[in-house]
Amino acid sequence: MGIFRVLKVNQHGSRREGGRQGVLLFATVSAVSGIGMNSDHANDTVPSPRHLEPRSALELHVPEPLVRPGGKPDFSHVPIPPAGDARRPAEDAPACDIHDLARTVVRVLDENDRAVGPWYGDTGIDTCLKGLHAMMKVRAFDDRMLLAQRQGKCSFYIQCKGEEAIAVGQRLVLEPGDMCFPTYRQPGLLIAQDFPILDLMCQVFSNSKDALHGRQLPVLYSSKAYGFFSLSGNLGTQFVQAVGWAMASAIQGNDRIASAWIGEGSTAESDFHSALVFASVYRPPVILNVVNNQWAISSFQGVSGGESATYAERAHGYGIPSLRVDGNDFLAVHAASRWAERRARANLGPTLIEWLTYRVGPHSTSDDPSQYRPKEENEAWPLGHPIERLKNYLTGGGHWSEEQHEQTRADLEHEVRESAREAETYGTLDSGPMPRVSDMFEGVYADMPDHLKRQRALLGGG
Amino acid sequence: MAMMSMVEAIRDAIDTAMEADERVVVFGEDVGYFGGVFRCTQGLQKKYGKSRVFDTPINESGIIGVAIGMAAYGLRPIAEIQFADYVYPGYDQIVSEAARLRHRSAGDFTAPLVIRMPCGGGIHGGQTHSQSPEALFTHVAGLKVVMPSNPIDAKGLLTAAIEDPDPVIFFEPKRLYNGPFDGHHNRPLKSWKDHPLGDVPAGRHHTPLGKASLLSEGDEVTVLAYGTLVHVALAAVTELGIHADVLDLRTLLPLDLSAIRQSVEKTGRCVIAHEATFTSGFGAELAALVQAECFYSLEAPIERITGWDTPYPHAQEWHYFPGPKRLKAGIRRVLDGTIERVS
Repeated sequence: MGIFRVLKVNQHGSRREGGRQGVLLFATVSAVSGIGMNSDHANDTVPSPRHLEPRSALELHVPEPLVRPGGKPDFSHVPIPPAGDARRPAEDAPACDIHDLARTVVRVLDENDRAVGPWYGDTGIDTCLKGLHAMMKVRAFDDRMLLAQRQGKCSFYIQCKGEEAIAVGQRLVLEPGDMCFPTYRQPGLLIAQDFPILDLMCQVFSNSKDALHGRQLPVLYSSKAYGFFSLSGNLGTQFVQAVGWAMASAIQGNDRIASAWIGEGSTAESDFHSALVFASVYRPPVILNVVNNQWAISSFQGVSGGESATYAERAHGYGIPSLRVDGNDFLAVHAASRWAERRARANLGPTLIEWLTYRVGPHSTSDDPSQYRPKEENEAWPLGHPIERLKNYLTGGGHWSEEQHEQTRADLEHEVRESAREAETYGTLDSGPMPRVSDMFEGVYADMPDHLKRQRALLGGG
Repeated sequence: MAMMSMVEAIRDAIDTAMEADERVVVFGEDVGYFGGVFRCTQGLQKKYGKSRVFDTPINESGIIGVAIGMAAYGLRPIAEIQFADYVYPGYDQIVSEAARLRHRSAGDFTAPLVIRMPCGGGIHGGQTHSQSPEALFTHVAGLKVVMPSNPIDAKGLLTAAIEDPDPVIFFEPKRLYNGPFDGHHNRPLKSWKDHPLGDVPAGRHHTPLGKASLLSEGDEVTVLAYGTLVHVALAAVTELGIHADVLDLRTLLPLDLSAIRQSVEKTGRCVIAHEATFTSGFGAELAALVQAECFYSLEAPIERITGWDTPYPHAQEWHYFPGPKRLKAGIRRVLDGTIERVS
């Protein structure tokens, strides 16, 4: 219907108005440029101005970060309200009543890492200790795998340094049977459940015990048993799939919920917006997590529209309740996740949460951030380091000590080193043994069609 | 003339075009300040400013959609898709919009734009950084499809693509960015600096679209290849010690059918090589054309050596990649007149 209406308007319109002038204008440019014009000049027509009075020339706005390499780090564009400032609404509050929570920052740990405000209360000390241990294990694992990549034992690695609290904190509010649709920066979703790090390492090394048979890039894990959906590696594609998974739970009258993950850069992808519109229409039980770590490879968050509105505010146009939360504050992560989880479980629908954090490491081992951001920027990030802050909270309350922390760090380092040693006995990408070569033909279909059987026979080998 | 890598040759082509024509604009993910993840646009933002060279949001549909809008306005956009594996969200904009704009508006609007994207494997990129989706574009009426195999051609063909009045899909085999690669992955890396095809002409260098390049001449067999497989083919022919025509197609659409016909009529035997999957790959189109055009000259069945019909595997990359061993076996079969059925 729409298209016919447009055609009708065009019949009476004047779309060629001023075309001749446009041709002349660009013919001049073309003559200067020396590039041959083809006979089809239609492309060179521009409408003539309707107003004759002079106007200022238009200018394209191209976002630029405040500071580049060599400059002094500056996060003045990320105002941080005091901890405890943000109110905690009822879980059934309608989206329109909590728009303010998409512009502030939900925080629990203050500057001295004491827990304050209305979002404090749900997170017990045992949960904090468990979270701290998982976060430290993620860090130890990351450090070891980064080293392994530098030693040529794997092709590639992606760290999540500085973002450990978000995945770990959220996983601790989820239940068995819930499903996460992660990005490559949430190994904490697995490690928080004590997923065997040996298995993660075998995947990273693409070795003979790689559960994914060497088919996928390192860190693109998959584990249905642990509620970790297969990571594709494409950006944003899985955000909307999480919405579909949650819709299925509602269709079947189940009580399982989904947790969707995306980086702030990838919110630009159409799939993000598809996810929001479906979540808005069907109100499925899903937590829509946007991890705003400030950088998408070399593109600062302004390139994905962060200058114009917060990522939490993206939800407003869809009538989806949203929060903006300190992602480096384990207690805030846990409390906000719990709030969204309860809403989902109570059939109150989706919640979008923007997690404010900072990508401490490079995008991946293929990246060199010193090319595009100040080296010291990490130290200037106003929300500190998640492991340090949780440690300080626990030691401040007498629940943890420097000695315990150091001992745990050493124990985890040892555990990770021993696991890496064992994983290497099953092979590395560099030295083998690797998964069976003929495996690549398997699993393309449930039943291998004849043409693949023939191709497999042609390739030969094991 | 200057010795250049393929990255430098691509940058030089864009630089030369931007210098000559202020309508040329460049954008894509990380292409601005950083200069692209493969550094093809390094320094261009500094030279031409942020309005002509800029980063885009991560949205391939958006990148291509705005390129169409700019092209329709009268600019000459060069859009970079960071990896060919990421182009699919933009496929609708390419297929339904860019490709058909001229035809459906009876020439009222057109989309003279270039979509550049790195393709192919060889860097352990797994299934999301290794694909060669050229056949998804040669199948679409209204698109031109190009894949150079060396720095000289990369510059010449990219120049032609930028100046072309129609949308051009420009594939850059990423394994060739910094040196020729013949599939012997365990041998030391080679550089374009020592290769005659790395000696790139200065200034405007234009290589017409639709013209193949004969890189090796002989009368025993014709090998049709493009991109990385050109170098694999040259290695295979040398290692077999045979006299073969190795025809670098360079442009898949429009196709240089007369060069293909001329060669196959001479040799009577034809091997087709590409890295993309076998079924419905561009090799199928080539085989059908050779069969129809050169039927009475053929002395053996046409052989296709390609990637297997599976996703590009990470660990088993070199067993997927159609390297010299498989290509030599294929050429040998065609020379012997034996048949090995792949499908």
